[in-house]
Amino acid sequence: MSQPLIEIKNLSAAINGKQILKGINLTVCPGEVHAIMGPNGSGKSTLGYVLAGRKGYDVTGGTVTYEGKDLLELPPEDRAREGVFLAFQYPVEIPGVNNTYFLRAAYNELRKHRQQEEVDAVDFLAIVKEKMKLLELPDAMLKRSVNEGFSGGEKKRNEIFQMAVLDPKLAILDETDSGLDIDALRIVAEGVNKLKRPDNAAIVITHYQRLLNYIVPDFVHVLFDGRLIKSGGKELALELEEKGYDWLIGKHGK
Amino acid sequence: MTATKPISDLSNHLAAGESFAASAAGPEWLRTLRRNGLAHFTELGFPTTKLEDWIYTPVTAITKLAFKPATAASAAATAVTAQQLTPFAFPGWTGSRLVFVNGHFAPALSTLPAPQPGVTLTNLAAAIASGDKLVEAHLSRHARVDESGFSALNTAFLVDGAFISLAPNALAAEPVHLLFLAVPSDSANTAQPRNLIVAGANSAAKIVEHYVSLGGAAHFTNAITEIVVGEGANIEHAKFQEENLEAFHIATVQATLARASRFLSHSISSGARLARHNINLVMTGPGVECVMNGLYAVGGKQLVDHHTVADHATPHCASHEFYHGILGGQSRGVFNGKIFVRKDAQKTDAKQTSRNLLLTDTAQVDTKPQLEILADDVKCTHGATVGQLNDEALFYCRTRGIAEVNARRLLTHAFASEIVNRITVEPVREHLEQVLWARLEELIEKK
Ligand SMILES: Nc1ncnc2c1ncn2[C@@H]1O[C@H](COP(=O)(O)OP(=O)(O)O)[C@@H](O)[C@H]1O
Ligand SMILES: [Mg+2]
Repeated sequence: MSQPLIEIKNLSAAINGKQILKGINLTVCPGEVHAIMGPNGSGKSTLGYVLAGRKGYDVTGGTVTYEGKDLLELPPEDRAREGVFLAFQYPVEIPGVNNTYFLRAAYNELRKHRQQEEVDAVDFLAIVKEKMKLLELPDAMLKRSVNEGFSGGEKKRNEIFQMAVLDPKLAILDETDSGLDIDALRIVAEGVNKLKRPDNAAIVITHYQRLLNYIVPDFVHVLFDGRLIKSGGKELALELEEKGYDWLIGKHGK
Repeated sequence: MTATKPISDLSNHLAAGESFAASAAGPEWLRTLRRNGLAHFTELGFPTTKLEDWIYTPVTAITKLAFKPATAASAAATAVTAQQLTPFAFPGWTGSRLVFVNGHFAPALSTLPAPQPGVTLTNLAAAIASGDKLVEAHLSRHARVDESGFSALNTAFLVDGAFISLAPNALAAEPVHLLFLAVPSDSANTAQPRNLIVAGANSAAKIVEHYVSLGGAAHFTNAITEIVVGEGANIEHAKFQEENLEAFHIATVQATLARASRFLSHSISSGARLARHNINLVMTGPGVECVMNGLYAVGGKQLVDHHTVADHATPHCASHEFYHGILGGQSRGVFNGKIFVRKDAQKTDAKQTSRNLLLTDTAQVDTKPQLEILADDVKCTHGATVGQLNDEALFYCRTRGIAEVNARRLLTHAFASEIVNRITVEPVREHLEQVLWARLEELIEKK
């Protein structure tokens, strides 16, 4: 096994004093895809937000080491610049900010961080067009304000589009499958698969098995009540699909 | 309106008004208008904060400013070079521009468009002198002389401003830039332009009224614009107030909108120590579609007040209103949006949003919808927000690698862009972006 990309040890977190994550342990190595499943309210999005550095999500214990660095010390923008990308479950609308402009600003932040030259609007458009083809996105999406008036499915596709352009080392996809019809799901999943490389990794959060038909995980974890209560290979997802969560939860009941 | 007893000393204003009424030239109907204005001013005086419409906007500082109305002669003698106007040009603008110095037309500084049949673009004094019948027919017939003491005062000194008329079906070939330059001096510190725009049936034009100052001395602008939009006509009217931070700016835009006309109003206000904008739209025939779009960006001790009226006097009209405010320092914003749906105005569609972004704890805004709905089959919605930048949006930007300070900048600009983007003339938007972005940078930095 190679050097871990991210190592989460005994991570606990609270929102407004309410303990949501209660000791998460998870190690992800380059080239791996980890699926995190679990019923609504178990803390999946919270984990994503904590890793991305959201205010109000207070880490109350544990450590997160990313490429050998203490991830929790970094402000959100530095985590992003270091290659952590969170695809939001509910992407945020930013009226008045052009989607392409926004993405180029983000792209150039990453380039500056790596001491590379910024790209101008023309060169950026070439980069963007290529990724749009990959994800079968309409050009009109470039001209609109960030997520404003997008349908649920368009928002999710826009997240993956951003991911494709920003090319993160660690992508955390929070329920990217919800709100997508089966065609869109296939396109998004194929996009994710094409972006997969031996040196990057993904944490795919979902509560349906169906996404995992397209993005085949190396590991499946079940999150319940702030803890990973079971881990296994891709067959665990199928087992969950068949039996639901109850048989597991029963064993770990509150 | 009931007259409250004027508290300020009006003697200087009245004396100046009397002497102007006695000496100023013009046809009898105009002299009558002026005398009527003076009579109303005598009765009303300056508004006090006891009046509902002025409750948040004390104008004492204006009443204390020495009253030195600019005369045509003094304006003509004011030395202004074309070069001094460069900062106020719209980037890449090749169109015409009428320049007014202290409210009086300055032909030497102006660029008139190539003559176009059916389109008259001149100054009011010239139109009056030429005996244009439209002037007598419309001047002071739309804006109420007694809307406030300021309206009365403007009318008492009525002499010049812009005059635009469009014959039926005339489509103005290019947008019009009206530049109102205040050049305060020891002898003149008050400009009272009076503008009249008469658009015939099915005509179209885009007009920008642009108020600026040369130098930083205090001055007073008291402006009225009357706009008559004929049946099926399509008018875009933008007003930019970028005067210096010692200036007082009081203005009314009064538009009468006939059947099936379209009217797009913009008010972008970033200058002046105190600015009060009245924007009154009266829909007099069915099928009118009008939009009121506005943005104020202020800081320091500035006060900016918008009082708007969408008067649905007839059925089947739509009025949509979008106002955004960005307030820094200890500035104060006022927004009062009145929607008046008269008894027979069924199927009215009126929508109003007022959103305000406070950059500091000491900035303050009073925003109030004022609905008076006398018809029953109508759709009226309104919403107002006052707050800080959206935390979720800030976080979202940061997760994409954009530093917090830049994310704040981006979102603040975006909030302004939502309004600016409704302006359809590109060079005008570009100008605004430069002016506003510079202002926003100051506001963000000075927080
Ligand atoms: N802002 C918040 N304030 C208080 N509780 C919250 C907040 N956000 C989430 N929670 C709670 O945290 C728990 C986990 O939520 P979440 O991480 O969104 O779950 P999941 O993504 O697995 O559905 C839930 O019980 C939820 O109610
Ligand atoms: Mg969730």
